[in-house]
Amino acid sequence: MSEKTTPGPQAPGSNDAAEPAEMQVPGGVTSEAVASDVVLDTAGGQMPPSAVPAATQRRSRDRDGGGSVLHEIFTGNVMVSVLSVLLAIVLGGILMAVTNPKVATAAGYFFAQPGDLLTEVIRPYTALVQGSIFNWAGTDLGAQLYPITETLTVSTPLICAGLGVALAFRAGLFNIGAQGQIIFGALFGAYAGFAWHLPLGLHLLVVILAGLVGGAVWGGVVGLLKARTGAHEVIVTIMLNYIANFLLLFLLTTPAFQRKGSTNPISPFLDSTALFPELLGPQFRLHAGFLAAILATVVVWWLLNRSTIGFEFRAVGANPNAARTAGINVARSTILVMAIAGALAGLAGVAQVSGTEKYLSGGVAATIGFDAITVALLGRSTPWGTFFAGLLFGAFRAGGVAMQAQTQTPIDIVLVIQSLIVLFIAAPPLVRAIFGLNPRKKKTTTSGTPGPRTGGVKSGAAV
Amino acid sequence: MSATTQSPAGKQPGTGKGTGHASSDGRTVTPANATELVSWKTGIGLGLLAVLGTVLFGFLANTKSAGFRIAEARDPNASSAAAWVTLAVALAAVTYLGYRWISQRRKGRAVDRWIPAATIAAAVVLGLAALGVAGVEKITVPSMALGWIAAIVLLAAAGYSCFLTLQGRRTPGWVGGLFAVVFLVGFMIWIVAGGRDPEPSISLGGLMAGAVTLAVPLVFGSLSGVLCERAGVVNIAIEGQLLLGAFSAAVVATVSGNVYVGLISAAVAGALVSLVLALVSIKYLVNQIIVGVVLNVLISGLTSFLFSTLLTENPEQLNKPGRLQAIDIPFLADIPIIGPILFRQSLVGYLMYVAVIVIYVGLFHTKWGLRVRAVGEHPQAADTVGINVNRTRFVNVLMGGAIAGIGGSFFTLVSVDAFSKDMSGGRGYIALAAMIFGRWNPIGAFLASLLFGFADNLQSTITIIGSPVPSQFMAMLPYALTVIAVAGLVGRSRPPAADGIPYVKG
Repeated sequence: MSEKTTPGPQAPGSNDAAEPAEMQVPGGVTSEAVASDVVLDTAGGQMPPSAVPAATQRRSRDRDGGGSVLHEIFTGNVMVSVLSVLLAIVLGGILMAVTNPKVATAAGYFFAQPGDLLTEVIRPYTALVQGSIFNWAGTDLGAQLYPITETLTVSTPLICAGLGVALAFRAGLFNIGAQGQIIFGALFGAYAGFAWHLPLGLHLLVVILAGLVGGAVWGGVVGLLKARTGAHEVIVTIMLNYIANFLLLFLLTTPAFQRKGSTNPISPFLDSTALFPELLGPQFRLHAGFLAAILATVVVWWLLNRSTIGFEFRAVGANPNAARTAGINVARSTILVMAIAGALAGLAGVAQVSGTEKYLSGGVAATIGFDAITVALLGRSTPWGTFFAGLLFGAFRAGGVAMQAQTQTPIDIVLVIQSLIVLFIAAPPLVRAIFGLNPRKKKTTTSGTPGPRTGGVKSGAAV
Repeated sequence: MSATTQSPAGKQPGTGKGTGHASSDGRTVTPANATELVSWKTGIGLGLLAVLGTVLFGFLANTKSAGFRIAEARDPNASSAAAWVTLAVALAAVTYLGYRWISQRRKGRAVDRWIPAATIAAAVVLGLAALGVAGVEKITVPSMALGWIAAIVLLAAAGYSCFLTLQGRRTPGWVGGLFAVVFLVGFMIWIVAGGRDPEPSISLGGLMAGAVTLAVPLVFGSLSGVLCERAGVVNIAIEGQLLLGAFSAAVVATVSGNVYVGLISAAVAGALVSLVLALVSIKYLVNQIIVGVVLNVLISGLTSFLFSTLLTENPEQLNKPGRLQAIDIPFLADIPIIGPILFRQSLVGYLMYVAVIVIYVGLFHTKWGLRVRAVGEHPQAADTVGINVNRTRFVNVLMGGAIAGIGGSFFTLVSVDAFSKDMSGGRGYIALAAMIFGRWNPIGAFLASLLFGFADNLQSTITIIGSPVPSQFMAMLPYALTVIAVAGLVGRSRPPAADGIPYVKG
């Protein structure tokens, strides 16, 4: 066994800087586009593929590389995204159909009246739309528009946390820890909200700031551990999620956080000065936190695409070794990006305590932190993509509740559809294969010159 | 930083006194050791823990005594006979191992790596058997005095480590081992003495047996992780494999009316999750962590949905699997403490021991294992010598899934006899942690799982007797330990080099 021949992808310290990654040039050996993309993405088999495949970023830019615009649309990413959503919805429909006892009877005379079967499958989806976008059965305009405001409310924390996950993805970090960061943001924000009594305006700002700091601390710890010791962020974030959760549960039993006179582990209500103002009046839950989410999206967009540190983040994400060689302080970028990602998740926590829930409880983060991962993946880790993905999943969430109430279809189906969407989107070749859209061995690889394989050189001592 | 980035190989100058990490590294003797800078991390880490220990066990000690009940046997005659036999066997083992240890040292040869651990294990068994023979039912110790003794030992060990670091030498493994054991004992005594009763006590046998029971799914899950990651595929989907295994075991066992069929179906279900993982990540080259995370969500949603729609409608026909009964191995099951742990298990429990041994031997002592590890460490090299990298990975991921699936069946066939929503409760992630804590080694993963199971069980035990530590902090312990482990504060855990990187031939 030769174990020391290849430095680990995440080898800590400055070792890898000394020896620039010896690229395995794939040139011309394989003609399949997928393979070349992956080699590009993994820096020639030196690191795990990123969450945002290199192909995604490349294809959307150089359109000049042959193939018409029409072709691009049909095999491109937008098409894949749309098809993924469709496929997931169809599969979800099949699942609902199979498990619905009424469908079993309807299927009996399927050939006589295929419409009945379809109705049974479509009914939950109708309820889903009714519960998330527009309720045409509502009596007045308020009731009719209530679902869409509900969707926006539910989307708010999803978007904020999703942005945090997406930002970390772009820097090549898997931030599974949005859950813990949301909890910390909520913890800090809520404490500032109910323990301090400040004038209107200032109080909300302080609460938001406290939430940002809380999330940034919990995210920054991950970045620090990763940069200083090389600890893998996936493991650290998963563990910190649990630690944050238990810490929250513990704090809610202490006098500082528990509501006076309550035996339940819940905090006092936040001061009214600490709450996000309601946007459309008291009958809707929609609050100004949604505006904060839009603002956050703009800020992240600016950060990633227009600022120096954003460029550094992306460079580190694309290839840390190359970035280091180019003089970028990778450790600093890692810590910074995790802190910012944590702050965004912390904002989601603030949106929860200061907008939707108005107090702190053990379930404040629900499963937002995990949904945020799927949101970021669906949004392909771009700020606006994440924003719209957050809206879509918010609609699923809000509509799922209505669906469960109306048609007794368990809300868990939403989880299934969401995860299927992400699974399909993560594997464009799979979707293309299903729909027969695979480009037939088109242009050969675009990267590098055909050259001898150098990957095996260092392994001379192997075996 | 320079010393800490060293691979673990550098930490163990070939005396073989290393801790339980028996992978293929640890053989190399780095000649530059003498002049190298030694990291202060161990010294400082131990020092902080020692101070913590002194404060807790010494200054915050309770004046009460702490009692530890030894498991009470069912048949006193059988028990004492078993204890005598164990005593004899353990005595022989300790003598033989000790003789080998000393003779190897005298000849100046490196002591085989397994000997110290085996000797200590045999000595522990000897001690327990002696307790059984003497008919001791309960040990009561003064917590204050022992707390201070433990604190002093901890401080001394930390001081010794710092002294060695000053001299430019590395802290040997036994200091860390001693520190861990003393800390654990001191902690136990402190925790128990803090109970509500005037004379608080806990059942040591029950604590151990419960720990092993709780560890069963963790062990299977972490073994699944070891199999996959040694071949270079990150398996975050352990949680999903456990959950689908549990679900499938419950449903199939109920429908077929046979728990063993349920057990097999659990393995198939776990392998099915793995099939998706392997297909998407190996064939379609999607990032393995993404696939794992998404699969967990998918399985959680799918099983919850099916549970709500089908299983709750019709629990009698779909969710009443029956149980795998515990099987006593006659005579051996009567050995005090060890008996119930090792020899009073369900079929799944025995399968666990078999799986640990088979995978350990398979990975480190067979041609197959060498190939698997080659694929995980350096796929290009493995490919060059004619190993089919992606097929090896595919097969390993499938096997890993099947094993985790069997672990999942534990939930529905052994511990509770019905499926419920999200019943794996994040144990897949703890299994992942156990695998890392155990340094990608089956034995290490097994021991780490036991530690986590122990922490879990201790948490529920001390909630009952009442304790000075809030139960949430006890629940946090496995996760905090894992963070410390991956941050390299306790040794350095290094994943297989090609872990997570898809292999594209060419």
